[in-house]
Amino acid sequence: MSDAHAYPHEPTGVETRKLGFWVFLSTEILFFGTLITTFLIFKGRDFPGIKLTDVYDIPFTSVSSFVLLMSSLTMVLAHNALETNDQEKTRVWLLATAMLGAVFLAGQIYEFTEFYHKGFELSTNIFSSTFYVLTGFHGLHVFIGVVLLLALWGIGQRQKGLSLNEGMNLEFIALYWHFVDIVWIVLFTVVYLI
Amino acid sequence: MTKIIEPKKQRNIFSRPSSEEGVWSWITTVDHKRIGIMYGYAAFFFLLVGGLEALLLRIQLSQPDNNFLSAAEYNAMFTMHGTTMIFLAIMPISAAFFNYLLPLQIGARDVAFPRLNALSFWIFIAGGLFLYSTFLFGTAGAPEGGYLAEEVSRLASAPNGGWFGYQPNAGLKYSPGTAMDYWAIGLQILGIASLVSAFNFITTILNMRTKGMRLMRMPVFTWMTFAVSFLLAFSLPIIAIALFFVTFDRQFGTTFFLTEGGGDPVLWQHLFWLFGHPEVYILILPAFGIVSEVLPTFSRKPLFGYPAIVFAGFGIAFIGFGVWAHHMFASAISPVAQAGFGLSTMIIAVPTGVKIFNWLGTIWGGRLTLNTPMLFALGFIGMFVIGGLSGVTHSVVPADTQQTDTYYIVAHFHYVLFGGALFGIFSGLYFWFPKVWGRMYNETMGKIHFWLMIIGFNLTFGPMHWLGLQGQVRRTWVYAEETNLGFWNLIVTIGAFILAIATLVFMANWIYSRRKGEVAPFDPWDARTIEWSIPSPTPVWNFSNAPEVKSLDDFWHQKYGEDEDGRAVRREGTDELLLQLEEEGLNPKEEIHLPSPSYFPVVMAFGLPFLGYAIIYKSIPLALIGVIMLLIGGFGWGTEPLEEEFESSEEEPESGESKNYE
Repeated sequence: MSDAHAYPHEPTGVETRKLGFWVFLSTEILFFGTLITTFLIFKGRDFPGIKLTDVYDIPFTSVSSFVLLMSSLTMVLAHNALETNDQEKTRVWLLATAMLGAVFLAGQIYEFTEFYHKGFELSTNIFSSTFYVLTGFHGLHVFIGVVLLLALWGIGQRQKGLSLNEGMNLEFIALYWHFVDIVWIVLFTVVYLI
Repeated sequence: MTKIIEPKKQRNIFSRPSSEEGVWSWITTVDHKRIGIMYGYAAFFFLLVGGLEALLLRIQLSQPDNNFLSAAEYNAMFTMHGTTMIFLAIMPISAAFFNYLLPLQIGARDVAFPRLNALSFWIFIAGGLFLYSTFLFGTAGAPEGGYLAEEVSRLASAPNGGWFGYQPNAGLKYSPGTAMDYWAIGLQILGIASLVSAFNFITTILNMRTKGMRLMRMPVFTWMTFAVSFLLAFSLPIIAIALFFVTFDRQFGTTFFLTEGGGDPVLWQHLFWLFGHPEVYILILPAFGIVSEVLPTFSRKPLFGYPAIVFAGFGIAFIGFGVWAHHMFASAISPVAQAGFGLSTMIIAVPTGVKIFNWLGTIWGGRLTLNTPMLFALGFIGMFVIGGLSGVTHSVVPADTQQTDTYYIVAHFHYVLFGGALFGIFSGLYFWFPKVWGRMYNETMGKIHFWLMIIGFNLTFGPMHWLGLQGQVRRTWVYAEETNLGFWNLIVTIGAFILAIATLVFMANWIYSRRKGEVAPFDPWDARTIEWSIPSPTPVWNFSNAPEVKSLDDFWHQKYGEDEDGRAVRREGTDELLLQLEEEGLNPKEEIHLPSPSYFPVVMAFGLPFLGYAIIYKSIPLALIGVIMLLIGGFGWGTEPLEEEFESSEEEPESGESKNYE
């Protein structure tokens, strides 16, 4: 392995995989940006039928948003623990992060089901369509994040544990997870609050 | 003779692919050169298919009131022609150049993420096959009472809503059947391929440059790759989301683009062209890069105004995001927006013009060698200027609304994308032929190819200007005898067949020269950039030692100095230097560890079409197959190391396991 690294590279000083990951995240901004723009364009229009404001429950969504925000904290704690090579704590915090993410997802599924029962369905009107596609796309990201976290936790069960520099990197998953959290802050504000 | 060390042990669920020849070595390869070659052949195959579709269109239009194709077949053919040429031919053939040349030009051993590179390629193949499977499985119905209802042949079972997929025409109501779903999901898959390759190339350029290869010492082709990668990374997400909406509209009853449910068809146009216009530059900038390498080499002068050409490239890429609505002047957008986009369209001509003058300045006073790549590069400048000028006429809104949907537009963008992009690509194919295959192409056949092509090209697309101005409408399968458009349409069709013959000459040359061509020296053109300082064909390991770059056009400056008048003078000892470079290039002193081949990119890539079929046919089993393939691929990928562990080098020579490479 080390021989490959003798070949000079990384003139930017940023580790190659991390750099690639940042580029990936920058395109994610455009994915969500396009969805949010569409949502805002349709928000001001007249549409028939039931509206989000008729069905939503802001206190409930606030709590699940809080849960997701807390998962960012546990993610940071996992990263910190790994920096001091405390494998035990790293695993605990990783699992906590995954669980908090799963709680958020469960909340979203519950919310969607509630909305459906109240008649706010995917094809009810243009507003409901954009709502489900936008928040669903975010939910998919959280789901992928939970899978990655659990995979990382699984890898951490091995004898030699996790490392900051090798294999599926905790740092990248942390970056991804924080990104998904930040997007949710924007979504929560745009979709529910304004 | 060099040792490439074999992996010591298999440590994965699946044994690691280890063959170095034969089909499997290509399927599992992560070598950027092999991936580049595969990109090239696959894209050329699709170029032929797209060309065949164009010939069918031209036969239908060769005379008035013709009945060669039905209306439905015609719609399918022009849709597939456009989609194929853009997404399956020009984009991937540019990707072939990126893959092969980028690491060589920046002095790297491979791209930043070799397996991700293989993944991009296989997703491209999977997406292309998925899109074309519409001819086997797709159905294109006709709207009730529509005049297309009479017949639906296999040829007409392809997507038929145009490569732009305008809504609501491409929606379920007016395009029933599954064909447009194949289109939407196929483009989605192809988009993933390009997006992944964009991450890879941006990272490679930023982080894999060799010693001394500062940004402003990079060859222009590398710079243009950089610009194109940014364009891909920032424009593809937009079309991806728009295609999501289309798929939801067609599959799940939403109305994003349908007015009856409060949606907005113009929103599709905005999203599509917000991607679609940067896409135009995605197609043309690689050709800009190629001719910027070819012209200085055969003019024996440095590129005129290197920083200007680099910044103009990025200027084009940046402004390219601000001109999209000039595709929509005939749509419902406000006069203020029309004026604004008209202005930005004029402005984007400025950096493009800067480049043209740079190229002219480069050949000005140079000692020109008029061989095939140079001829194609010069042809490129001429044809691209014509296409660029007709492009500027579109910025005049009142004129543009007259030209919209006529053959004038068809003429314009073929001058840019065929006379521009494809001429540039042919120039590059000839220019780097010796580097890739270690043999010279046949110059006479190359020149015949060029002259047939430039004559055929102008016969095909030149008359379309006046056909369009006379009012011939594009995307229409017949025109009436009384319109008097028959003569020029016949000329256009003849031109198209000359282009087909030219392509056959090119293929004959390629096949002949690869086997029987003269053996190429490693620097046949007395070239300027460092990819010519290594043996031809390129060794698997690229550079034996990481080169150290001291200036722009480093290889040239190793060979040439200047006299008092600033003329290039070959340095003493250059011949010895070249001999030494070749010797070193073939015989690296150290053991070289290359990334090991992998099955997982292929497995992952071919999971995606299953997900596509699952959406179209609402099939859980197909979805499961797709997800399982993605999971196996992802899991295997995540747990296998990039390189297998190696025998320690002391034991190696006796073990007899090392492979020898010539």
